[in-house]
Amino acid sequence: MDFSLLDQHIINGLVLGVIYAMVAVGFTLFFGVLNVIKFSHGDVLMAGSFAALIASLFLSQLGEFPTWLNLCISLLFAISIMATLGTLIAQHLVLPLRGAPPLNTLLITLMLGLAIREAVRLFYPNGSNPKPFPRLLPENSWIIGTMEIRQDTAIIIVGGLLAILILNLAIRKTRLGLSIRAVAQDPETARLMGINFKRIVLGTFALGSGLAALAGVANGLYYHEIIFDRGLFLGVIGFSAAVVGGLGSLLGAIIGGFLFAFLQTIGAIWFSVPAYKDVFAFVVIIMIMAWRPTGLLSEINSDRV
Amino acid sequence: MKKQDKYLVTYCEILLTSTITTILVVAFLIVEKEMLLGAIIGLGILGFFIAKGRGIPHKIDQVYREHPCVFYLTIVSPVIIAIVFCRHEHFALFMIASVAIYATACLGLTLQLGYTGLTNFAGAAFLGVGGYTVAVLTNQSIPNVLVILLGGLMAAIIGSLLILPVLRTRGHYAALVTIAFALLFKTFLEINDTLGGPQGLKIASFKFFGLDFNEPLLGSSFYLSYVIAALLLMLVVFIITRLIEKSWLGLHLDAVRLDETVASCFGINIAAWKILAFTLGNFFIGLAGGLYAQMLGHIAPTNFTFADSLILISIVILGGIGNPLGVIPASFLIIVLPEKLQFIQEYRFLLFSILVILVLVYRPEGLLKRGLRSFYRTWGRERKLEN
Repeated sequence: MDFSLLDQHIINGLVLGVIYAMVAVGFTLFFGVLNVIKFSHGDVLMAGSFAALIASLFLSQLGEFPTWLNLCISLLFAISIMATLGTLIAQHLVLPLRGAPPLNTLLITLMLGLAIREAVRLFYPNGSNPKPFPRLLPENSWIIGTMEIRQDTAIIIVGGLLAILILNLAIRKTRLGLSIRAVAQDPETARLMGINFKRIVLGTFALGSGLAALAGVANGLYYHEIIFDRGLFLGVIGFSAAVVGGLGSLLGAIIGGFLFAFLQTIGAIWFSVPAYKDVFAFVVIIMIMAWRPTGLLSEINSDRV
Repeated sequence: MKKQDKYLVTYCEILLTSTITTILVVAFLIVEKEMLLGAIIGLGILGFFIAKGRGIPHKIDQVYREHPCVFYLTIVSPVIIAIVFCRHEHFALFMIASVAIYATACLGLTLQLGYTGLTNFAGAAFLGVGGYTVAVLTNQSIPNVLVILLGGLMAAIIGSLLILPVLRTRGHYAALVTIAFALLFKTFLEINDTLGGPQGLKIASFKFFGLDFNEPLLGSSFYLSYVIAALLLMLVVFIITRLIEKSWLGLHLDAVRLDETVASCFGINIAAWKILAFTLGNFFIGLAGGLYAQMLGHIAPTNFTFADSLILISIVILGGIGNPLGVIPASFLIIVLPEKLQFIQEYRFLLFSILVILVLVYRPEGLLKRGLRSFYRTWGRERKLEN
């Protein structure tokens, strides 16, 4: 084990935790309102990072923009495109299959994820190779004692936490959030109370997919490169984080995301070959599923007989 | 019409269908011009609708259920003729063998997903377990047939590591376990140097009682031996799957899939049946993977990605979940079409994912719907097998 880089590992773990939490929150939102798992969520995230990349490259073609403006516009573009995509998916693939066996929804979203992944690989120029993501954040670093924190890392952590906090507040304090919670609790009663079920579901999917786009951009900004199959990994990890925290619980998803990043960091410290950290993470997922089949903080509506 | 006459007419219809199908399939495999290929596809689609109009899929299903011997004769004889006909065509034979191998793997999935309702999204990973076992063991002095069996066994053993989580989880959660395993397996292969890393491993040629499979057999293409081996493997696995489906074993598996609570109220040990289906299914997939690796002569982690697992699932869905008969035409479509039409080769994952989405939205029962279980002979009676 190598402890000399402990502070770097902690910072890295925090960034990963924020990204995972953002993905997990999406899963938990969708599960809350519709009781479905959208396995294409990770690929929506990846598509979001590509949308931001395209927007940013387009802007730099147009002329000299300050980097913060470039970042804001690309981010807005990615979020709006992915929110639209999320709504379309919900409207045309998830909602019509509400009565079908759950396996069909599962398969449809898995296949949709594959379709998005392949579409990016085939139609983005030279899409099967990793793409460099523009460095849109300041790269100076602050030195606190012996610890070195790069500004871009700090911005990603703070920005991600802020996004999750705002979402949390929105769910707790606004009218839309109230409706989302009502639908999640009981769709039938929510309808009787005059809540437009379809609109709330679509809104939730837009919200979750927008957050996924944000996570995708954060991922791109942190690693400085994006690749078409990264979404699958992030999706599976985000889903596991949501499951570990208990599907349907917002706080659980956030805790799950950080727990997962923590486990992965331990894996990275433990093994001399860094690539084993993913293998380690997946082994841990499988073991957690064997130990607590519906997550650590178990699901609200357990249908056990 | 008398009973016997009806029997004869149906039999002739099925024989005609299988002959025409075989001719189309052989033509499709041999022809290289894209215009002609398009014409053959057109004829195939036309033929499918005519056959459907005359209720042939239903009749085939009936004969297959009640007169297995007649059925096997009608299907097997044209296939033998077809193989003899294109014994010099490397590519055609390679395709036939690949279809048979994929169909074998999908029969394993049918056992898991179709009968017992266990989601397994790591099909390609178990293919890979079989393949890598063969790759590691052929270089030792173990008889090759045994090595392939060991490949299947290894897949079953590795699969049994997943049994606990698979048994305890359901639905989405079970899917998560197998997806995580599929990703884990490919990542592990890529970073493990003893298994060749991203470059993969080479495999020595298959020897069977002194018969080298990479040497031309009886003056024809060297793939002929693999075709025969793959078809025999598929036939054996098919018959076993079919026997399981027909017997009380299949009844138990169906009960487990349809309602676990009710099944356990009737005294069915759910865990035991799930373990049986999962392990046997993985064994079949591992066998297929072993033979596939032998035929390719070289395997790498890119052969066993998560997308390939989804392709296996697509075959099962397209063929009709739980219908072992549907698996064969579906694997033909999904394996051969992109190889033959080079321009869609690159787009195959995209096209198939969209195809499966469309199938699930518009025709969830697939090409050949699995008929209802018939507890008594219905031959000659006008009885619909639909719900």
